[in-house]
Amino acid sequence: MVIQTEGLTFNFGSQTVVKSLSLQVPEGSIYGFLGPNGAGKTTTIKLLLNLLQSQEGNIKLFDLDFHANRQEILSQVGSLIEQPAIYGHLTGRENLQNRAILLQASKKRVDEMLSLVRLSQAADKKASKYSLGMKQRLGIALALLSDPKLLILDEPTNGLDPNGIIEIRELLKTLVSEHNKTVFISSHLLGEIERMATHVGIINNGELLFQGEMKDLEAISQPLVHIETTNTVDAANLLTKNSYTVIEINDHYLSVTYQSKEKTGQINALLNKNGYTVYSIHKVQKDLEKLFLDITQTPAK
Amino acid sequence: MKGFLLSLHSEFYKSRKTLGFWASILLPFILILLISIGFYTHADKFTHIPAMLLWLQFAGAVLNIMGALLLPMYAIFIAYSVNSIEHKADTWKTLFSLPIAKWSVYSAKFLYAVILVFLTLLLFALFTIGFGDLLGLLKPGLKFLEYHTEWVLLQIYFKLFLSALGILSIQFLLSLLWTDFLKPMGIGFVCFIAGVISVGVNWDYAYIIPYAHPMLALKSMMGVHKRGTPPTQIVIDIFTHDVFVSLAVFAVVFVAGFFIVQKKSVK
Repeated sequence: MVIQTEGLTFNFGSQTVVKSLSLQVPEGSIYGFLGPNGAGKTTTIKLLLNLLQSQEGNIKLFDLDFHANRQEILSQVGSLIEQPAIYGHLTGRENLQNRAILLQASKKRVDEMLSLVRLSQAADKKASKYSLGMKQRLGIALALLSDPKLLILDEPTNGLDPNGIIEIRELLKTLVSEHNKTVFISSHLLGEIERMATHVGIINNGELLFQGEMKDLEAISQPLVHIETTNTVDAANLLTKNSYTVIEINDHYLSVTYQSKEKTGQINALLNKNGYTVYSIHKVQKDLEKLFLDITQTPAK
Repeated sequence: MKGFLLSLHSEFYKSRKTLGFWASILLPFILILLISIGFYTHADKFTHIPAMLLWLQFAGAVLNIMGALLLPMYAIFIAYSVNSIEHKADTWKTLFSLPIAKWSVYSAKFLYAVILVFLTLLLFALFTIGFGDLLGLLKPGLKFLEYHTEWVLLQIYFKLFLSALGILSIQFLLSLLWTDFLKPMGIGFVCFIAGVISVGVNWDYAYIIPYAHPMLALKSMMGVHKRGTPPTQIVIDIFTHDVFVSLAVFAVVFVAGFFIVQKKSVK
């Protein structure tokens, strides 16, 4: 295991922010650490990096105890926590160069990182003039500078445009598949984690609700068909009669369990044939809240 | 040790474009330039003054402003400046997740602040000597070239440097712990005023207040002439009460700060 924690607990005053967390992050995985804002994701990451001192439990990275092997561990970890930590009065290149001094990385490596995150053009611009997306990319370049075995990224796609998000996703996949890295990535977006993670841990109110491989989560997280139509209540009755499972109804839309493309087409045809106008019909992922409900209601395996 | 040197290098690299760094060079330059211009334009008033007294007047003008007023405020500013660079960029978390021991990061930053204060005071001594000699060349009526104060000035400024270490260490720790500018600045300013008053009323125990040390250092600098020393030679007493207290405060706060940093959570 690259990251292994046991009974990790952290209190802010009287409030317990992380409760007895036991993470298992295998080597070569992209581990999606999923949870709503305020669930304790950033706190957990800061505990992993020893920026916060845990009150209970222990942390092992690369099977080494953190306290006894702090420097050895940190030399193999690259991290990006919350907002990227960037000196605004320095240029993008100088920010990397400064970190290169501390990590004894070469100038060539700095240039490679700049081109990797497509900042070569803007390298000599002051970082305070960067857009949020550029800052985020510079933050990722800083995390990758030491060529770490483990990358810990806290909401790295925040503030990125869709192209940027896709690039980061592809980059992380390449790092794992071709360079044998392990990535620990936090997010509050299920869709984002689903697209790249091999493993997933779900945290809510400081507690780990689910941990396992992505395919295990997919079994729980069934997508829905979201239908906007006239007279949703009657339409729902019609669908129920035709043995579709209706999950949710309100004045504007209804949702049924997604089965397949063909079935979705059949629902559309059925509604049309019975005089309901379908304004829209599409597949949606369950949002996190519903997923949490499902998970908490699923008996523990 | 390597981590410490790398951290020190990085401190220089990232601050070389900041006001904190340039202030260390510009402050002595501008102050002494202005006083030199005053001497140059009013040279006729000083032509009758003997060389040693002329130097005392010239260097004294700088020392009175610097020692009594500017040095404590400057130490407060430098302590703030080297820490605020991390507060502003939100970079404490990255500094403390580098594969470098925490004590290296902390003590390199601390030493960097000390170096900046040292640099400023060294430049004060060098610029005083340089501008004095330059005035002597430009206005031969001014007898600057007839007397040498190099060694005396270096000793005085070294004493001032030591006397500022107490303030610097306290302010360094305050600026490290607090993100905002006003808290360390406000506390520093109030303590400085208290220091000024305690020296002003000649309080016997003023030397226990670090913020009074630069003023006290100037008051206590004149050493006793040993027998056989010519009367034209100025004797400087560097290691006085106030300097020892300043060094002790420096050592204690440095070590305390180290333990605080070890235990501190990084937000």
